[in-house]
Amino acid sequence: MADFKLELKGVTKVFESGSNTKTTAISNINMKIPDHRFVSIIGPSGCGKSTLFNIISGLMETSMGEIKVDGNKVNGMAGTVGYMLQKDLLLPWRKILDNVILGMELKGVSKKEASDIAVPLLEKYGLGGFEHSYPSQLSGGMRQRAALLRTILYDRDIILLDEPFGALDAQTRSVMQEWLLDLWDDFQKTILFITHDIDEAIYLSDEVYIMSARPGGIKEHLCIDIPRPRKPTIVTSQKFIEYKELALSLLSEETKKASQIEKKVI
Amino acid sequence: MENTGISKELSSLSNVKTKRKKEQKSNVKYLENKPLAEWKVNAGRFFVFLIIILFWEAGARAQIIDPFFWSLPSEILATWMQIILDGTAWRDTFFTFQSTVYGFVIGTVAGAMLGLSFWWSRYYAKVAEPFIIMFESMPKLALAPIIVLIFGLGMSSKIAMAVAITIVITTLTTYNGLKRVDSDLIRMIYSLGATRLQVFTKVVVPWTMPSIISALRINIGLALTGAIVGEYIGSTHGIGRMIFYAGQTYEIDLIWAGIFNLSLLSMFLYAVVSQIEKFLLAGMLHQK
Ligand SMILES: Nc1ncnc2c1ncn2[C@@H]1O[C@H](COP(=O)(O)OP(=O)(O)OP(=O)(O)O)[C@@H](O)[C@H]1O
Ligand SMILES: [Mg+2]
Repeated sequence: MADFKLELKGVTKVFESGSNTKTTAISNINMKIPDHRFVSIIGPSGCGKSTLFNIISGLMETSMGEIKVDGNKVNGMAGTVGYMLQKDLLLPWRKILDNVILGMELKGVSKKEASDIAVPLLEKYGLGGFEHSYPSQLSGGMRQRAALLRTILYDRDIILLDEPFGALDAQTRSVMQEWLLDLWDDFQKTILFITHDIDEAIYLSDEVYIMSARPGGIKEHLCIDIPRPRKPTIVTSQKFIEYKELALSLLSEETKKASQIEKKVI
Repeated sequence: MENTGISKELSSLSNVKTKRKKEQKSNVKYLENKPLAEWKVNAGRFFVFLIIILFWEAGARAQIIDPFFWSLPSEILATWMQIILDGTAWRDTFFTFQSTVYGFVIGTVAGAMLGLSFWWSRYYAKVAEPFIIMFESMPKLALAPIIVLIFGLGMSSKIAMAVAITIVITTLTTYNGLKRVDSDLIRMIYSLGATRLQVFTKVVVPWTMPSIISALRINIGLALTGAIVGEYIGSTHGIGRMIFYAGQTYEIDLIWAGIFNLSLLSMFLYAVVSQIEKFLLAGMLHQK
């Protein structure tokens, strides 16, 4: 048994856009993530967070470095982790139930069997009665939940979530956060979670990685030592505010750098 | 003083307003998009049709338009009734109908398959693209003589014409739909461990379906045109052959009766395909 569920060693990605212009999106990223952790990643826009997820999920090749799941190298192997991309990406011509069981369907599970598993979960996680609706008939929050359930039902130990709540209003967002924590509890997954929201990162996570501006690297690794279950009111506690101040100051340095890089480009 | 200046401007503003002569009317009815009463629309159409026929009939009787070429609606109808009653029209209509439908089905299905096949290899698609466009920009009707020579006077040459005229447009329509497939959806399904074949059947084909369906109505008209031109060039049967022969023997009534018959067939095919399209699209209605 490997010590870590997921391990990144020196992961680097260089994009070759055009004949001799190269962009280093991320450089030398190292992470060691134990089983059943909730890990958040924050960083300025364009620092390579989505790129990192694309690489971990095997949808993109690394330029350098290694990705290991349970100690096995998985570079470029799509399907070893669950991955929810930045948009909900439900198939508009499929009903919610058929969308949610897509992962199982691809594995060859019969539709009957897959529905038997999925329907109670749809009920439990607030999509009961919408099994036979189409995605266009659902609200943004519900679509996001359906996409998340699809990722969960694909049943991998590691789940990558790229800003799943980015497009939601504050109210829906906090409901969804509780919902996600429930899911995480029920299914005992290892979750990697990208967000722009420092509060969200600290509130949800055991660990927070703060990324530096492009080329993205790991600037800081915080362990959030706040016992669970956490009440929504902890955001006003002393400890929470200390974490938040630290994260904010680190992040604002990077955001400044990022905007300077942009200016140079212009 | 400032105050008076402002009130002066304000009063001139109110003057501007009153310059509008008509009272503003409510435009709500243009916004609501209420469905039009169907009987009204149909009555209007019938009325226009009747007017045209009446003017035609009256014009020809009064010798304003030359009845030798234009014939008379009443005589055309009589001729048409005759060829319907004595059975000759049925055989020709059925012949044209069959070649059109076969050509339509083969051309559409083969075109869609050809278009979809481009998804499998970008290299193959790039190499094939100029040839497809070249064939599309060529007037396919010009091929009719050679197609009739190759496939003979029977039905197969008419089917071949209908296929030639529909296949490439379907390929291009499909290919254009294919190019717009959301690449994020493809990434999503790969991340769920899909094989390439599964990506094709679960995302690419359903995504492209509406494009293919949108080609159906155009294709049925094109297929009919192809079949008719094939019949003009040389055929044993068909409405096209009937019209062509009537033209050679100056049977003007028969030409018009044939055209009338052809219009009926065309409307019938169009209506059927529209229904098929509606039915197919119902399953796809939830596209964004
Ligand atoms: N396919 C690609 N080709 C070239 N450059 C790319 C490609 N994908 C991403 N990049 C570049 O890599 C950098 C990182 O992009 P990425 O999408 O990973 O950032 P991000 O941190 O997810 O940003 P955001 O917070 O806005 O989602 C950006 O500068 C982007 O322009
Ligand atoms: Mg991103």
